[in-house]
Order: sequence, then structure tokens, then C-alpha cells
Amino acid sequence: MSRIQSRFASLRKQGRKGLIPYITAGDPTPALTVPLMQALVEVGADILELGVPFSDPMADGPVNQRSSERALANGVGLADVIGMVRGFRDHDAETPVVLMGYANPIEAMGGEKFLAAAASAGVDGVIVVDYPPEEAAPFAALAKSGGIDPIFLLAPTSTPDRIQEVARIGAGYLYYVSLKGVTGAASLDLTDVAKRIPLLRAATQLPIGVGFGIRDAQSARRVAEIADAVVIGSRIIQEIEAAGPEQAVARVRDLIRPIRAALDA
Amino acid sequence: MQMDELPDARGHFGPYGGVFVAETLIHALDELRQAYEHCRKDPAFSAELRYELKHYVGRPSPVYHAKRLSQKYGGAQIYLKREDLNHTGAHKINNTVGQALLARYMRKPRVIAETGAGQHGVASATVAARYGMECVVYMGSEDVKRQSANVYRMKLLGATVVPVESGSRTLKDALNEAMRDWVTNVENTFYIIGTVAGPHPYPTMVRDFQAVIGEECLQQMPELAGRQPDAVIACVGGGSNAMGIFHAYLPDESVRLIGVEAAGEGLATGRHAASLCAGTPGVLHGNRTYLLQDGNGQIIETHSISAGLDYPGVGPEHAWLKDSGRAEYVAVTDDEALQAFHELCRLEGIIPALESSHAVAYATKIAPTLGRDAILLVNLSGRGDKDMHTVAERSGIVF
Repeated sequence: MSRIQSRFASLRKQGRKGLIPYITAGDPTPALTVPLMQALVEVGADILELGVPFSDPMADGPVNQRSSERALANGVGLADVIGMVRGFRDHDAETPVVLMGYANPIEAMGGEKFLAAAASAGVDGVIVVDYPPEEAAPFAALAKSGGIDPIFLLAPTSTPDRIQEVARIGAGYLYYVSLKGVTGAASLDLTDVAKRIPLLRAATQLPIGVGFGIRDAQSARRVAEIADAVVIGSRIIQEIEAAGPEQAVARVRDLIRPIRAALDA
Repeated sequence: MQMDELPDARGHFGPYGGVFVAETLIHALDELRQAYEHCRKDPAFSAELRYELKHYVGRPSPVYHAKRLSQKYGGAQIYLKREDLNHTGAHKINNTVGQALLARYMRKPRVIAETGAGQHGVASATVAARYGMECVVYMGSEDVKRQSANVYRMKLLGATVVPVESGSRTLKDALNEAMRDWVTNVENTFYIIGTVAGPHPYPTMVRDFQAVIGEECLQQMPELAGRQPDAVIACVGGGSNAMGIFHAYLPDESVRLIGVEAAGEGLATGRHAASLCAGTPGVLHGNRTYLLQDGNGQIIETHSISAGLDYPGVGPEHAWLKDSGRAEYVAVTDDEALQAFHELCRLEGIIPALESSHAVAYATKIAPTLGRDAILLVNLSGRGDKDMHTVAERSGIVF
């Protein structure tokens, strides 16, 4: 059983919902990435999504774009990100880590080489934002055979056929993007999420994480009523940006604690 | 496989093209593909497009024999396809008219566009005014500064110009931002992409709307020159004017197709925008194609004297034409393009766009190596009024 599978299995057993925070590797500084990951685990993260910086993050809103730019200014590339995961694994063998990013840095390294390096560093899953299922089937198969879960996005506009296809080639969990727009957009349509999740459940046994637009304990709690896990990204990045390197770890802890509490209440 | 039958159903030209976007955009692209498939087969749509191209754009554009320029180089005869004479002064309008009609068919009252030099922004603002649509143009803040006249033109036409502050603040970032707007406002918004890049169906659709350029040449060359050209030459940034003039000539393998990229300060300096000549394949802006990128797969900043060629990618069909050998791709420096610009002004009384000057420059390079009966057809994709400031500055003149 993969680390992601066993994490969801134990959550289910405990009757708890998963909390999946996202940070960009290398923001605010490369040295702070592993401490931030550890702090997130301490305050109740179940799975970590680690962003791979890219020069042209087309699906991201301004907050994550700036985060990516800071990480790139710090010289962080895909190989460095894999190195950070290895550093994290030295102290934590349990918490699943998912890399999230865009296709080009992976293709520049070479898909096969990337998957091998990621697996050996202890990466558990990968989300390639601009690899929709029709372009990613060979990559997804290769990932699976190398022990990495290919995780796909689904949107409010995804058709039943596409949901089926993602259920077939995806693994780990499904990432349901709860709104039309880019990461960090303000509005979250909970009625729509509530309507969509059953359609996804009918097509797949995979756990369902919901993200894009979740900003606080209240919205996390409401999403968790229908999903298996909530993903929080831009809100954390915003906190890191406002805090600066000195305060980042402490303020991220303070941000996540009440969200964890609300999920467990 | 027949070249003119590409792409496949999912927009692949060999290994290039495709649909590399987030799931959130898939539905919008499906909707667009279906609408386009419908309209391209609809005689009423084609008839209206032809009418608009004739009476609004001013097509057909003439082909002109540049005799004095040819004489100076003492070799091949150089002919110019005069896309600079179109309404708004460039080939860009062929595509924006087509996409605006499609937007109207899809009942989208709002159009958005990205622009670098401003030509595609102006062409989009123009058709938005013509068809009564709201228009928002994304433009890198660096380009807003460099192209203030075109910014003002777009505003006169009723468009809102949004300066983009992310990334390198140029064309590629404007494209990112337009995509973000589209994914957020897809219900009422049509995204008019200005070049043969982006996710399927854009590379095919833009090519088809621009293909009128080459189709006219097929008729005009025998009338004017007695036969088809030996080579067709066009500048390549994203590559829309080149695909437009190449497409009709693809099946005739006796015609050389030559795409001219921007070598900027020279390929060896690294300050250029020649993705086909000096780049490597990767994924950007929804398609797989040749890109200018660093070892980590980050897109690097490009340079060209002509803002319209200043783009780190290129249309996927060009990537395929390069690999298959059907087309050749070369690069011309800023200085060579400037020299061609001045020569065309002095010898033919035509002020070309700096983009098109790259194609002219390459024609003058190879003309002397060919016989006097050889024929070169150059796509003069735009006029140079927009470049007055850039050229004057190079000569130390400030208006």
C-alpha cells in the first residue's frame, strides 16, 4: 500500500478528514522549505503538496505566481525540489509528499529520469497541472509503475467521460478544483461542490480532495463535510509572503491550527 | 501522411501541438473546437467571412514586384505579398475578423486578446468595435511603455488595455494573463489568440484564417510572374503570417518554404528570439513546440528589435515542418533587418514593419546566389508606421 493510500485508510478508520496544505518549494528561501513542511505536519497536515516553481504558471493566480517568482529568484529548480523532499524524508518517513507543477521542467529533466529521482527521494505523488489525461497517459503509466501516484485535476466542467478516464489512469486521490478560475480566486461555490462530488464518487473509489478557493476554517469545514480532504494553497502562500522569512514558520503554524481544529470538530 | 491533413483530431502535428492546459480550460476548448468545426463547414459563415475580408479588410492584397530591390542584389526577382495594405496595417486582421465572427456565433459578448507589439491588440480592438463587443487586451507593462502609440489606438477603438506586471512583463506573460481571464470568465468571453500557437484548436484555426494569404498568391503569382515562386519567405515569431502564406504551398514540394526568425544581437550572444533555430522542444502555453528555455525548463527572456517576434515559443506546425524538413528556418539579426527596412523605404517607397523586414533581409541575402529568373515571394506582413520610434531611436533621433 502506498503512503497516500495508507494515509487515507487511517483517516477513514479514525473518521477524520484530510488536510493537504500546499507551499512552493524555495519560497521564501530554500532553507525554509523543509522546516515549513515539518511545521505543517506538526500542526496536522496529512499530506503535503510541494509546488515546483515555473516561469509561466498559467493556472495560478497572482499570489502563487509571486511565490513562484521568489523561488526562481532563489535559483530553485526541479532537482533542488527533489533534494528538499529527500531532506524532509530524513526526519519523516510517514507523511506523503506530492509534487505539483507544470510539464516543462519535468520534460526538460526527462519524464523517466524525473520519476526515478522523485521516487528514490521519497516523493509519493505528482500533479502536473498542464498534463490533462489525453496527453498524460504514458506518463501516468510510467509513474504508477515506478511507485508514484499520478494525481489529476477535475473541474466543475469535466464531463462524465473525462471523469471515467481520470478514474482509470489516476491514482492516490482526485483533486477536484472547486471553482472556475485560477488558484487563490475568492469565491467558492459550495452548492456546486456538493452536487459534483456524488458524480465523482460514482465513477471512482479514489479519495477526493477539494481545492482552489478554500481560505479559512469555516470554508475548510464545509468542504470537508462532502470531500475526503481539503487542499489549502494560496492562503498559506499569502501568509508566508506577508510574514517574511523570519516569521513564516510561526505564522503558518498559527494559520493552520484552527483549520485543523475545525476539520476535527 | 499528407502534410495538409495535419493536425490529428487532438491537434497534434507529429509530436508537437496538442492540448496542454489545466482541466479548468478543457471544456472551453472543447466548446470552441465544436463551434469552429461547425462554422468552417457552414457556407453562410464562409460567405460572411469572405465579404468582410473583401469590404472591410480590403482583400485581396496585391503582390508587387520589387524591381529596384531585385536589381540592386542582381539575382532572383523579389515579389512582395502586400499584407501591409490591409486595414490596420498587418495580416493580423485576417484572423481577428474570423475569430470575432466565431465569437458572435458562440454568443460571447466579450473578447480578450494578448498583444506584444500591439498589432494583434489593435486588430482585436478593431473587430470588437466593428461587431459591438467589449474588448480587453492584455499587454506586458514593458511593451505598454515601448508601444504607447498602439496602446492609444486600442483605447480610441474602445478597448481596455491591461498592463501585465508578472514574469518578464512581455508577450508571454500577457498570454498567461489572458488565459487566466478566460478560465475565470469563460461563460461570456471569447479569447482571440493572435498567432498559430496555444492549445488545439488555435494553431489550426488561426492558420486556416490566415491561409487566405497563400491562397491568393497561388492565383496571383502566375498572373504576375508567369509561374509559382521558387521560394516563399516569411518572418516567424509565433508564426501566423508564415503559416498563412506557407499553407497553400505545402503540397507543392518544388516550392521552398523559408521561415526567418529573429537573431536579435546574434544567436551566439543568447540575446535573440529564434526558438526553432536555437531552442529545444518543451511545453508552454498549451502546446508542445520548440522553446527558448534554460536547463531547468524555465522559459528565458528573449530579445528582438521587433516586438512582434519577441516570443520564446513558436507555433507547433512550424516545429513539425522544421523536423520533417518541408520548411527551412533561418535567423536574421536586428542590424540586418534594419538595413532591409531602410532599403525597402528608399528603393521601393514602402515602409515595412520591422518583423517583415527580417523576411526581406533574408531574401536579399539569398537573391544574389540565385539566377535572374529565380523568383522569391516575401510575405510583407505589416507596415512600419508603428516602428517609427524604434528606428528613429537607433539613428539617435528623438521625436
